[in-house]
Amino acid sequence: MSKARINDFTIKVGNVNGTGSASANALLMKIIFRMGVPVVGKNIFPSNIQGLPTWYEIRVTEKGYRGRSGDIDIMIAMNPDSYKRDLEELSPGGILLYDDTWPRPHFLTRTDITVIGVPLARMCNTAFKVARSRILMKNVAYVGAVAALLDLDLNIIHTLLREMFAAKPKLVDLNLQAVALGYDYVKEHFPGMNDFKVEARNLTEGKVMIDGNTAAGLGCVYGGATFGAWYPITPSTSLMDAFVKYCKELRIHPETGKHKYCIIQAEDELAAAGMIIGAAWNGARCFTPTSGPGISLMSEFIGFAYYTEIPMVLFDIQRTGPSTGMPTRTQQCDILLCATASHGDTMHILLFPADPGECFEMAVNALDLAERFQTPVFVLSDIDIGMNDWMADELTWDDSYIPDRGKVLSSEDLKSVDKFHRYLDVDGDHIPYRTIPGTDPKGAYFTRGSGHNKFGGYTEDGAEYKEVVDRLKAKWKSAAEKLPVPIVKRAKKPTKTAILSLGSCDGAVIEARDKLGADGVYLNYMRVRGFPFAQAVEDFIAEHDQVFVIEQNRDAQLLGLLLSETNAPREKLIPLLHYSGEPLDYKFVRGALSEALNLRKTA
Amino acid sequence: MTSFVKPFIRRKNEPTNALGLVRADYDGAMSTLCAGCGHDAVTATMARAFFELSIEPHKAVKVSGIGCSSKTTAYFLRDSHGINTVHGRMPSVATGAIAANHELAYIGVSGDGDSLSIGLGQFVHAMRRNVNMLYVLENNGVYGLTKGQFSAAADIGSTAKKGAVNELPPIDPVSLALSVGATFVARGFSGDRDQLLPLIKAGLKHKGFGLIDVISPCVSFNDHKGSTKSYAHTYKYYNPAIHADYVPPSEQIKADYAAGEVMPVKLHDGGEIRLRKLENGYDPRDRAAAIGKLFESGQSQEIITGLLYINENDKDMHEMARMEDRPLNQIPYDELNPGAAKLKELQKGFR
Repeated sequence: MSKARINDFTIKVGNVNGTGSASANALLMKIIFRMGVPVVGKNIFPSNIQGLPTWYEIRVTEKGYRGRSGDIDIMIAMNPDSYKRDLEELSPGGILLYDDTWPRPHFLTRTDITVIGVPLARMCNTAFKVARSRILMKNVAYVGAVAALLDLDLNIIHTLLREMFAAKPKLVDLNLQAVALGYDYVKEHFPGMNDFKVEARNLTEGKVMIDGNTAAGLGCVYGGATFGAWYPITPSTSLMDAFVKYCKELRIHPETGKHKYCIIQAEDELAAAGMIIGAAWNGARCFTPTSGPGISLMSEFIGFAYYTEIPMVLFDIQRTGPSTGMPTRTQQCDILLCATASHGDTMHILLFPADPGECFEMAVNALDLAERFQTPVFVLSDIDIGMNDWMADELTWDDSYIPDRGKVLSSEDLKSVDKFHRYLDVDGDHIPYRTIPGTDPKGAYFTRGSGHNKFGGYTEDGAEYKEVVDRLKAKWKSAAEKLPVPIVKRAKKPTKTAILSLGSCDGAVIEARDKLGADGVYLNYMRVRGFPFAQAVEDFIAEHDQVFVIEQNRDAQLLGLLLSETNAPREKLIPLLHYSGEPLDYKFVRGALSEALNLRKTA
Repeated sequence: MTSFVKPFIRRKNEPTNALGLVRADYDGAMSTLCAGCGHDAVTATMARAFFELSIEPHKAVKVSGIGCSSKTTAYFLRDSHGINTVHGRMPSVATGAIAANHELAYIGVSGDGDSLSIGLGQFVHAMRRNVNMLYVLENNGVYGLTKGQFSAAADIGSTAKKGAVNELPPIDPVSLALSVGATFVARGFSGDRDQLLPLIKAGLKHKGFGLIDVISPCVSFNDHKGSTKSYAHTYKYYNPAIHADYVPPSEQIKADYAAGEVMPVKLHDGGEIRLRKLENGYDPRDRAAAIGKLFESGQSQEIITGLLYINENDKDMHEMARMEDRPLNQIPYDELNPGAAKLKELQKGFR
């Protein structure tokens, strides 16, 4: 038998959704994480509640890579409906574990893999009386089977189960029993399996497993948001769920039961947008989480907030489009939509987090920026970041943080103002002062989405109109250097070739670049984190001969913005696009880059 | 347009309110609506209501959507914040604003196009939430700014200026309000200020969503023979059935009334609404009765007006959301920041 692969392989579980597989997978991943070995979890799930195929990938990666590997080494095939596909996907040398209560001899057609049959259903049906337990425990039993295959630490499993079911101690024994069923069966019937192992390390110290939506919801709490309005939409719902959870935990007066927050489930996204505009206009920090279809619906209001200069924070957890698209599959397909959402000349501020840590930070940035620039700010996350559990550095908070509420005049401030005009650029920074209703009679003004002059009065005069919209453009541009700066990674040797990417592409790009570097292909890498682009973006493109723009959409949307908003020449920018809806893997990136580089060399 | 600047003239011995302000202090920019428009009368009545209630102008907030009626928020209360939002979406902006600060007096002005067609969803949901605001729906049965199309409030058989006959059943905002949870439901007429003024005052003092559907004829596009929203038609079928007076807490002792003639309803601010002209035991606190009354009057083409329903017991949005008394926009950040140590503790579950 060949030497075991230690801490570097991918497990994939093919299951039926609605059977409790999510908690079994989370358990499996956490065991490995607790053993001190970095893990990556990717949930590839259907837009459905019960009965359709669902997959979960757990990548064990000692090197701490954050993307998918593109290989499947261990397939746990729990769903007969997807057996065929799951079998095909398994890499040579891999292990297929399935429930052989109903034997499937055709698995033997592949000679380059090892098939392990475990009678999970039969064992659980014998061991457990309640029908629902039998289904749920079957999943916990495969965790036991995998634990036996990979030498997972049984003590950690026990500790985790006790923590998970602290409130329901009865369930601890039930789960332990199920784990033992799978574990013992594999140890007894497949002794000496030694292909893949997890060995304990100390590489997860100071790390947490967290999804981007939870991190963003927590960021909204720390950023001081008191109001949120939303309409349920996959995959953004868990962001508001997190905000609700932490508000309940942190913002309810223990004695009076009174809330220091208000969350409204709106009748649709249009209303959610209107509500946060109303609350922000009235001086409360607020936000709405949504996804592409929600942005489409909110667009009229986004233009209103842009023109009337009302702070607005939107989280777009991107999913595939167009239209309803594949609601549970990931993409970066709303970049252009968000950059210019609404009719007329409108340009917005975008932030591009790459992981849950940045979701937390950028939630706070967005609340500050929206009030500083008095305009809509979009945080463009996606399903991969938002809904998958990522290993991230533990979130930290600087207690000296003071929210930037922007240029708001208090009653006291107004005393020294001769006459207040809402849209006058008094300081020459393109940002006018605003007042909050109810503060002072001197601060009253009329907010209108119709043509207005710099004093806030209605106008249909071309020159007056232009004066205001020109200032809006200048204001938007001035945000470029105030956004999170692009991150640049230089190759070991000087090179004229580079990668430019954003958001959740990061993990796969970093890994592909490492591998190419090992083969002597050197690439500089810039990850943009905000729009409008900082000058550094244009400079970075200028210093290279060719720049591969890697993004997850069909139409090269980031590349399009680079062309329209920088002076980068068209021929320098080469799109590398991934838009199947599954999270990006490094093999795709490495393959696409190699191919493109070879082609260019031979051309 | 805005080139007309409304002169601000102070007269000697002009009556002042408790704040020492005169009625003209509650004016706004010059109206740009057509001469004789019902809306201008409503605007003047709203301004007077704020004046008589001695509400500080900067403690009032005006919200509106798009349309002729929505424009009018610029024509009164110049020292108040106002927001002219997008078409049919005023209720959501008002809802957010009121969530942020429930202590101001919110008045929404809308029309039948803005509320009953493009904005029907938001209008209904704001009532469901019992958002604490007065919503004045200036109803003329027609789209004025786009020159004369039927609105969803047009009655069956009503004719357009060029002769087309409406065959679609109307959406009646009053019956709608009664069915979805508004807690103050009234109908008025721009031509009857004596009835409308106390209604607006009572609506502003009511805690919860107050709707006043004001028949407000459009002189340019819907005041012809054959229209059921013309001045002539409205006067003909007008029935001011229930008169409502708002009596502030300070004046309660002075007024007295004979039992049976007047029905008092206690308000949250300690004041009272006194209802008069009630026919045979009609009780506006009884929702089923209000719905019945409305149906009955509809059968006879009669336009029943006044305060048709009032409910001071239901929780408003603020109370349902269990928010503390202090407005959200006034909670200092140090009370909202859980701190670094807490963040560390929260993440124990993520290990």
